[in-house]
Amino acid sequence: MNPAAHPTGNALHLKSLLGTESLKTEQIQILISTALAFKDRWDQQEPIPPTLAGKSVVMLFFEASTRTRSSFELAVQRLGGNPLVLTKSGSSTEKGETLLDTAKNIEAMDPDLLVLRHPSAGTPFLLDKTLSLPIVNAGDGFHEHPTQALLDLMTIFERRKRIQGIRVLIVGDIAHSRVARSDIYALQAMGAEVSVCGPPTLLPPKVEKMGVTLFHHLEQAVENQDVVMMLRIQHERFSSGQSPSKGEYARFYGMNQRILEMCSSDVLIMHPGPVNRGVELSTEVADSSRSVILNQVANGVFLRIAVMHLLLGGEPFSWKESVR
Amino acid sequence: MSVSQSLFIRNGRIVDPSQKLDQVTDLWVRNGKIEAVGKNFSLPSEVHVQEIDATGLIVTPGWIDIHTHLREPGGTHKETIETGSRAAAAGGFTSIACMANTQPVNDSSYITTYIKQRVAAESPVNVFPIGAVTKGLKGEELAEIGSMREAGIVAISDDGKTVMNAYLFRKALDYSRRFDLVVISHAEDLNLKGLGVMNEGYHSARFGLRGIPKAAEEVIIARDIYLAELTGARLHIAHVSTAGSVALIREAKRRGLQVTAEVTPHHLTLTDEAVGSYDTNTKVAPPLREMEDIEALQEAVADGIIDALASDHAPHSREDKEVEYDQAEFGMVGLETAFPLYYSKVLKNHWDLSKLVAAMTIQPAKIIGVKKGTLSPGSDADISIFDPKKTWTVDKNQFRSKSQNTPFHGWELQGKPIYTIVAGQVVYSEVKK
Repeated sequence: MNPAAHPTGNALHLKSLLGTESLKTEQIQILISTALAFKDRWDQQEPIPPTLAGKSVVMLFFEASTRTRSSFELAVQRLGGNPLVLTKSGSSTEKGETLLDTAKNIEAMDPDLLVLRHPSAGTPFLLDKTLSLPIVNAGDGFHEHPTQALLDLMTIFERRKRIQGIRVLIVGDIAHSRVARSDIYALQAMGAEVSVCGPPTLLPPKVEKMGVTLFHHLEQAVENQDVVMMLRIQHERFSSGQSPSKGEYARFYGMNQRILEMCSSDVLIMHPGPVNRGVELSTEVADSSRSVILNQVANGVFLRIAVMHLLLGGEPFSWKESVR
Repeated sequence: MSVSQSLFIRNGRIVDPSQKLDQVTDLWVRNGKIEAVGKNFSLPSEVHVQEIDATGLIVTPGWIDIHTHLREPGGTHKETIETGSRAAAAGGFTSIACMANTQPVNDSSYITTYIKQRVAAESPVNVFPIGAVTKGLKGEELAEIGSMREAGIVAISDDGKTVMNAYLFRKALDYSRRFDLVVISHAEDLNLKGLGVMNEGYHSARFGLRGIPKAAEEVIIARDIYLAELTGARLHIAHVSTAGSVALIREAKRRGLQVTAEVTPHHLTLTDEAVGSYDTNTKVAPPLREMEDIEALQEAVADGIIDALASDHAPHSREDKEVEYDQAEFGMVGLETAFPLYYSKVLKNHWDLSKLVAAMTIQPAKIIGVKKGTLSPGSDADISIFDPKKTWTVDKNQFRSKSQNTPFHGWELQGKPIYTIVAGQVVYSEVKK
């Protein structure tokens, strides 16, 4: 495809992937179908197009990450590119350099793409105003984590062959979850029905204005859901008055065999990782046939391949079944 | 003044709520004082007369902003007494009061005296220092309030920080009565505020930023109103931002308590949706709230529940603001945009002009107890003259302030200060010579 055919030089009509809130249905469809097509090729041992050959991707990770970071790094390599990973420790940030200066310095070295993980909400949006470099948001504070949401949708589509009309429940610390926000927006754009469940202390204010159904009781919430997505609970919530203890959290909001039996028999259990076994998810459920947690991780690489491929002007791929 | 000097302001629409005056007429100033308002007036021939043609312009008592931060001493990379007071003059203000959160804090007569000396040397406008309530704004021990009063403070406040210890705040209110000082409350419960950076609500949920609930302000205002009742002291609530706060103040006034309040230009014109740009110039304490709050605040000014308009001019350097949203300092500059925002964004639909002028002149003067805010004969000739028709575009690069942290850059506004006159002297003029 001729990049000039698109105003932004790519099929997504996007300079950067900052969040899912502003994504349109068609953009999500292109991303997921391209990711599924790449996964197909990989499984058939067909080549992935070397969109990043001779190109470099800077991955600026100001927050600890194992899954997302390695997923992006592998995705860059599979596209034939060179990843350069910079973390906060040992960087010029520790010497007092501002984020904006760090980013401008990176841009001066002329990489082709920037992947940013940062603990402060909005940072990729701020950088996107200043830099001409395309940016992929790999998680900003409690705000957005678009590639995680898209890989979640990819996983749901793979199993259910549709997203339209699918009922998805997100459980746990919605207030501090960028995954929840990105999932809510992306799922709604694709026509899914989203509910959230958690203690009132861990739900964002006026979350129902996002068009989700609100539950405080897990037993009621899981009924007739196609997908139940468990979120990680951070240990600091227990020391800051947001939940009394791990034990009490697990008792009211943990997914275990008892709760699983209240779910539809073909429910998909998802988790963005890393899992606190025995807190939000019991070991028996995490390792059960209903869990698609490792499929999410596997899909993450292909989804990120698709994102970078498309942002840098690669052709969209349609999958054999149309994504909706 | 050895030579007798006179200023003749001809044919302006004079609006002075202190005298219930609104008519097109002339104004005479002599030796820094108001001589007379009206036509058919003759001056002794020996005096030198400067004349201003105010045809089509509106002439009011000099505007008073009782809430500014001048950053001197200690923060002179953000603002100085000179740059801040020049910004005030350019914004049409003839008097400002400056908060105590300098470095060192204005918590002793030495710092008050230092500020007064710097003002005398550098400032074209009147600057009234506000002293701290507690030493170092730490909320632990009372500052030397009486000594600061003797050195020239007009109020006390730990603005920027709430005095969280209710016992100590009660003692401050008690003690202030001896020195006839108003106590200004910065109402934000620090525990409820936590690490919040914007209003808690739908938009904080969307933007993934920690919220500050409206109750953080309201619980402190409720507390302070009860303490004002207990002590009989004069309480002033700074930068009211919520409809709930307005209801509390309305009730306090109904009960006859000595409680006054102010509102800022930004809380009257911006909602928390503006934070979505992650422009750190929208980060302010208390935070930008919601449309229902804006409506309640505008109505409260119209009803006289809110007595004063105040900018909370809070200059910050680019280093303080060009950072991650949750890392940025709270505050925005306001002196050079305050009046045009009131005039073009609020007045037309909600207030009459005399209400607006009263909330910028006689009412704030009464709160801090200064003999200003009127054009009655014999009073200080502090006068603000503005062009109600002039439209202009806010350009932060043109500010007199040393800082440019405004979310209003690029806004089209109507109404512009043309002359600022302090004690009969023109200290700012838009008119090209």
